[in-house]
Amino acid sequence: MSAVAAPSARRIAWIRRRRALSRAWGQFRHHTPGMIGLGILVAAVLMAIAAPLLADEAGLRAINVTHNPTFANPSEFGPLGTDSLGRDVMTQFIWGARTSLLVGLAATILAILIGSIVGITAGFYGGKIGGVLMRITEWFLVIPFLPLAIVLAAILGPSVKNIILVIGITSWPSTARLIAAQVLTLRERDYVDRSRALGASNWHLMTRHIVPNVSPLILANTTLTVPIVILSEATLSFLGLGDPTNPSWGKMLDDAFETGAVTAEAWWVFIPPGLGILLVALAFTLCGTALEEILDPRLRDRNK
Amino acid sequence: MSARFIGGKVLGSLATLLFVVCFNFFLFRVVETDPVASLYRGHNLTQTQRAKLTEEFGLDKSKGAQFVSYLKETATLNLGRSYTTNQPVWQEIKDKAGATIALVGISAVLSAVFGIMLGIAAAWRRRTKADYSITAFTMATYSMPEFWLGMILLTFFAVVLGWFPVGGIEDPSSTATGLAKLPDQARHMFLPALTLTLAYLGEYAIVMRSSLLETMREDYLVLARAKGLRDVLVRNRHAVPNALLPVVALLAINFGFVLSGAIAIEAIFSWPGLGLATYEALKGPDLPMLQGMFLVFSASVIFFNLVADLLYGYLDPRVRPT
Amino acid sequence: MSLLEVSDLRVTYNAASQAPIPAVRGIDVTLDVGETLGIAGESGCGKSSMAGALLRLLPKGTEVTGDVLLDGEDVLEMKPGRLRAVRWTELAIVFQGALHTLNPVQRVGDQIYEAIKLHAKSASDDDPKRVADLLELVGLPARRSRAYPHELSGGQRQRVLIGLALACDPRLLIADEPTTALDVMVQAQVLRLLAELQRELGLAIIFITHDLSTLVNVCRRIAVMYAGRIVEHGPNDKVFADGAHPYTRALSAAFPVIGEAEFRMNPSGLSGDPPDPRHVPSGCPFHPRCAVVTDVCPHTEVELWPAGPSREAACVHVSGAPVRA
Repeated sequence: MSAVAAPSARRIAWIRRRRALSRAWGQFRHHTPGMIGLGILVAAVLMAIAAPLLADEAGLRAINVTHNPTFANPSEFGPLGTDSLGRDVMTQFIWGARTSLLVGLAATILAILIGSIVGITAGFYGGKIGGVLMRITEWFLVIPFLPLAIVLAAILGPSVKNIILVIGITSWPSTARLIAAQVLTLRERDYVDRSRALGASNWHLMTRHIVPNVSPLILANTTLTVPIVILSEATLSFLGLGDPTNPSWGKMLDDAFETGAVTAEAWWVFIPPGLGILLVALAFTLCGTALEEILDPRLRDRNK
Repeated sequence: MSARFIGGKVLGSLATLLFVVCFNFFLFRVVETDPVASLYRGHNLTQTQRAKLTEEFGLDKSKGAQFVSYLKETATLNLGRSYTTNQPVWQEIKDKAGATIALVGISAVLSAVFGIMLGIAAAWRRRTKADYSITAFTMATYSMPEFWLGMILLTFFAVVLGWFPVGGIEDPSSTATGLAKLPDQARHMFLPALTLTLAYLGEYAIVMRSSLLETMREDYLVLARAKGLRDVLVRNRHAVPNALLPVVALLAINFGFVLSGAIAIEAIFSWPGLGLATYEALKGPDLPMLQGMFLVFSASVIFFNLVADLLYGYLDPRVRPT
Repeated sequence: MSLLEVSDLRVTYNAASQAPIPAVRGIDVTLDVGETLGIAGESGCGKSSMAGALLRLLPKGTEVTGDVLLDGEDVLEMKPGRLRAVRWTELAIVFQGALHTLNPVQRVGDQIYEAIKLHAKSASDDDPKRVADLLELVGLPARRSRAYPHELSGGQRQRVLIGLALACDPRLLIADEPTTALDVMVQAQVLRLLAELQRELGLAIIFITHDLSTLVNVCRRIAVMYAGRIVEHGPNDKVFADGAHPYTRALSAAFPVIGEAEFRMNPSGLSGDPPDPRHVPSGCPFHPRCAVVTDVCPHTEVELWPAGPSREAACVHVSGAPVRA
């Protein structure tokens, strides 16, 4: 008789999962572009969180800055100059990061949630239900995103909540299609058949077998959806559909355009927010590409 | 390619178009429950005025009847009247479509051509400095908001350097007519087309590169070399046609993006097309215009998807029914 | 002068940031017109690398040394233009008929015609009707030339590849695992076809496979490869039924003949794995898996020694070995 009891099945699963995670992290660490992306993201998130410490929120309101020079370039008023109303660009940039990141993450989560549920359901049940769901997904994929988002935003009205909603419910189709395809292949695997022979219910199969195996794909897809969402939020804000009281990088660009920063050659007003969007979107793309390479089920199958 | 295949695809596209038309109705009529109230926000309407307007807009009928008359009107291209200009929406669309077709058409083609060329170059020089710089460049353009790029190009090349006009489609003081207008229009189109091309070539390059890299590992290339073909022919006759397939699939999706990107770009460069019309319709909001734009944009994308689908079916025999 | 004379062929792969992999470590092969030679061995023994080396089809950066004399001309020294002219016209390869061996978006007839047109020396050579002739030669109806690769069965694809290989009337054919992915019945058909074509056209064939039993009816001589070297060669019946090298015996025993009682009663498999080309065992590379290994085996540099009339084997047990076990 052994002195130590054998570990339970659940504990073994946990140990394996932790080991797989640390292996994945080890691989990620050697992926230079992915690490650069991660670094940028950490910096951006820290900056957003620390916004109250870094810049005075009062500086966002035009009323408080009537004494400031307008369109002052960085050498006159630093570090990034002022806009058409005299507001400090740096303050807007720091506070704008919050909105962009928040909307980016919230809308992505919403889109991924809807997309995953639709995808898993369609892929798992197949047949009529799956067919109908996939047909609806295809239709939504064909409808161009921006016109649809514009129409929805125009109808619902400008607010942060509505922007999150609009982007979320227009971005789920590509996730759904990707996940449905993956679930379809998983469903054909032997262990699903065996589980069923043992009497497993559909719910058990979905939660214990399908979802854990589809999670890596969902994670990689999430990371690659965020840049699309961030760019969408920027575009919608630029078109004037964002919350007018909320500073966001897209709104900064809208203001810059509307108030003639272009003709005034006031590059310091629109370069920073665009650069911010670019860097954050790029960072997520780099991380997502790295994750994809690490988690690609095709590569995993080849190694099995 | 059999008639059955083509017919199937066309039917599918028509079904999607029908779905979009119905969806358009529900979008506006169901979500926006009282157009009269929202349209005349700020005005104080009397009961009689409200009733008269309601009847005028056909809102007193049941939803079902509204839907039927909506379908009839859409089929006859009666898309309502613009709230701001009071012109028929279809007329506005006809007037402005040309400018957008020119801009989007050229940009879509150029972004595909240059994107594919960059992708091939990057794959062929894999892991060299050229590959890394092309990949970095395409990832950067892929991640940037296209209207930001537009603002930068506009500021630098038009305002600061003065090489290009600051906006519009032609010089308002010019007296040229017909074909003589083209050089002036081309000058005006250069910056917005450049912006759209740069903004959307990234994805083509990325997809073409990875597709070609995968194709280069295939066995049939070894067979082609074994037959005695020169490397260039192996690449062009066997590798590239196979590698192009995912890119063709991308054409349809990307066209939708270029078209949508035109909304912000036309706004920035004051290009008098459908995009600028949409941008201005948002100020109202001029709902009939927005509704019309939505329909036109969606129909264009559906049509282009059909073309790309048929093209793909022509190039890849594996998707055709045997 | 023989049709093909290979001397001390060595193939070393140079993958980026990895140690070089010596896949082929010194092989000699001689083949006359109309002769048939089978080469058997497990995966990773270097047989496919050898085949690729003969026409210089290996990836860029792969080191290939030795002499490959085709009708007296060294293939490894040929200028690119001469090499391309020689490919397919003097020596053609029948690849394994997997789905992606042929271009998926081109009709098979066009792929055959491409070879014909490429090497046609005159207008009369450039004849699209030859495609139909070739297809019929390999037992396929001529109208199959309009098919795409994915529309054909595995056996049909293999026949197309054989027909393709014969498109420019080569005198030497290398068949690299042509029957490996096929099921047994189709395998037999393809083997019969190859034997017939060899007789009718007087082809010299090098038939590469891991299944020793398929070689017996097609090739007069058989060579066995292990860890990048030939460890035995001799007449087909002798090598198959009574191998001189322990590895050969293990290989033939690994493929039971259906119906023979002794195989049912006495299944024998080969234990262990083929050696990693980067870490080949010392002395005789087979010694870790050998059933009759002796003390001298890990320390003896084995070579092909006489083991009977026109037979050689690289084993200390054979009659011609200088070292007595």
